[in-house]
Amino acid sequence: MEKIMKCLFMICGILTIVFVALITIFLVASGIPAIRTIGLSQFLSSTVWAPTASNPSYGILPFILSSVYGTCGALLLGVPTGILCAVFLSKMSPAKIGNIVRNVVDLLAGIPSVVYGLVGMIIIVPYVREVFNLPDGANLFSAIIVLAVMILPSVISVSETAIKAVPKEYEEASLALGATKTESIFKVVLPAAKSGIATAIVLGTGRAAGEAMAVMMVAGNVANMPKLFRSVRFLTTAVASEMSYSSGLQRQALFSIALVLFLFIMAVNIILNVVIKKGETK
Amino acid sequence: MNDKIYTIRKAKDIFLNILVYLATGIVCFILIGLAGYILYRGIDNISWELVSTKPSLINGTNGILPNILNTLYIIIMTLIIVLPLGAGAAIYLNEYAKNKKFVRIIELATETLAGIPSIIYGLVGMLVFVEFFSLGTSLLAGTFTLAVMTLPVIIRTTGESLKTVPDSYREGALALGAGKWHMIRTVVIPCVIDGIVTGCILSVGRIAGESAALFFTAGMANEILSIREALHAGSAGSSLTVALYMYAKERGQPDTAFAIAVILLVLIFIINMLAKLAAVKLKQKRS
Repeated sequence: MEKIMKCLFMICGILTIVFVALITIFLVASGIPAIRTIGLSQFLSSTVWAPTASNPSYGILPFILSSVYGTCGALLLGVPTGILCAVFLSKMSPAKIGNIVRNVVDLLAGIPSVVYGLVGMIIIVPYVREVFNLPDGANLFSAIIVLAVMILPSVISVSETAIKAVPKEYEEASLALGATKTESIFKVVLPAAKSGIATAIVLGTGRAAGEAMAVMMVAGNVANMPKLFRSVRFLTTAVASEMSYSSGLQRQALFSIALVLFLFIMAVNIILNVVIKKGETK
Repeated sequence: MNDKIYTIRKAKDIFLNILVYLATGIVCFILIGLAGYILYRGIDNISWELVSTKPSLINGTNGILPNILNTLYIIIMTLIIVLPLGAGAAIYLNEYAKNKKFVRIIELATETLAGIPSIIYGLVGMLVFVEFFSLGTSLLAGTFTLAVMTLPVIIRTTGESLKTVPDSYREGALALGAGKWHMIRTVVIPCVIDGIVTGCILSVGRIAGESAALFFTAGMANEILSIREALHAGSAGSSLTVALYMYAKERGQPDTAFAIAVILLVLIFIINMLAKLAAVKLKQKRS
């Protein structure tokens, strides 16, 4: 009995490794063939995605750039807001209000991505169209706004933990030297919480780059080279939008796109681990 | 001179303070605006007919009963699969494993699983469960995919709660002559039930809100399935989230989509409250 249970538990533990290995193997195995046929440089650097044209072209540079721009834009809006809100939660708020705001953040984290997409589609897209006087409001800008909101909860909660972990003496020493409370927070506490905040940013990057459904609903879903007010397609939405009806090389190419996305996310994860390790050794 | 520096510092202080309050205000405003708008648009569209029928082309009515049932089936089946696996893995990591390197590898694998975007889960789920194991586009395939996806949540919450069980409990049981499995079963597991429950609550939230991973695995059908049918390979069904997407994007019926959004919002609210409650209980017990 003892031995059997030990084996069973061990299998459960090993399963996580098996799952990661399986996902990697399946993605690589189904992603490589198309890249071979198309050619890696052609696949990554061509700007035209037209798999159903008479002279088909499989370039995913528009998707890669859209994903990168979209993610950076979301970080640009979401991270400062998130960090400032985390400062409020950890340093400035009275206990009661802090709890309310924390509940707000938790609720935001729980809202499904399709709901964000729905509200983005019905409110933000028409609004963007009118304000900027565009033919269509479903574009990179709308996607950036929705993504910025979606990464807020994780940025806030991770930064808050990081700021709270800074020893109180740092702030007290700064206060004793005559700095104001705000100065102490922004010039002493925040720099000391650097690595935790970096974790928050990397986490936000992963979330923004991996989001599919919400982006599909607000970004317009056209394979354009990215511009702020142009309909675009992200790596995630490129996979999602054509998967249901594609076949042959087009389908294989979609798996290659997924492989590129997977490698990108893995790189983000590795950076995250390095950042966390650095924070621990310090 | 000093006065000038003082005013500049003061101005900077006020400016930064305003920014902090502004950011917090924006975050709160987003939630209130979001929830308020969804309720305003959706609550009138929820009717008994909507939640108790399936869509009918003849009558031209929408019904989301199949989607509610599918979501329930997926939640229950996923939990049944993922609970033993996740709790088992956490127990192995905390109670059995001695090789530090091996533990680190499993932890790394868990973190990786947690970081993979759901669209990739959907794609691999389609390759593995739908095609390789030829389950077809079905609730089962969706369930298995989500089980892998929620595994890290269960492992993490169970693991955290295992760490709070004092070693003296374990030593006491072992000293009385209990075997390791006996000790875990009678002493450790009863202590971590609340951690496992928290994990369940969080997983339910994750599963109910998931859409991208179900898109290609569980399909988009809107038929009412009995429990028995739901367990069959090839019986496809869309969850609430997938149905919301279809109504909003493909069919252009935002009213029904908002009605579903209200249901999801209420569900998420309840889940958050339950998770908070469980956390409070956990804290009480520790102190």
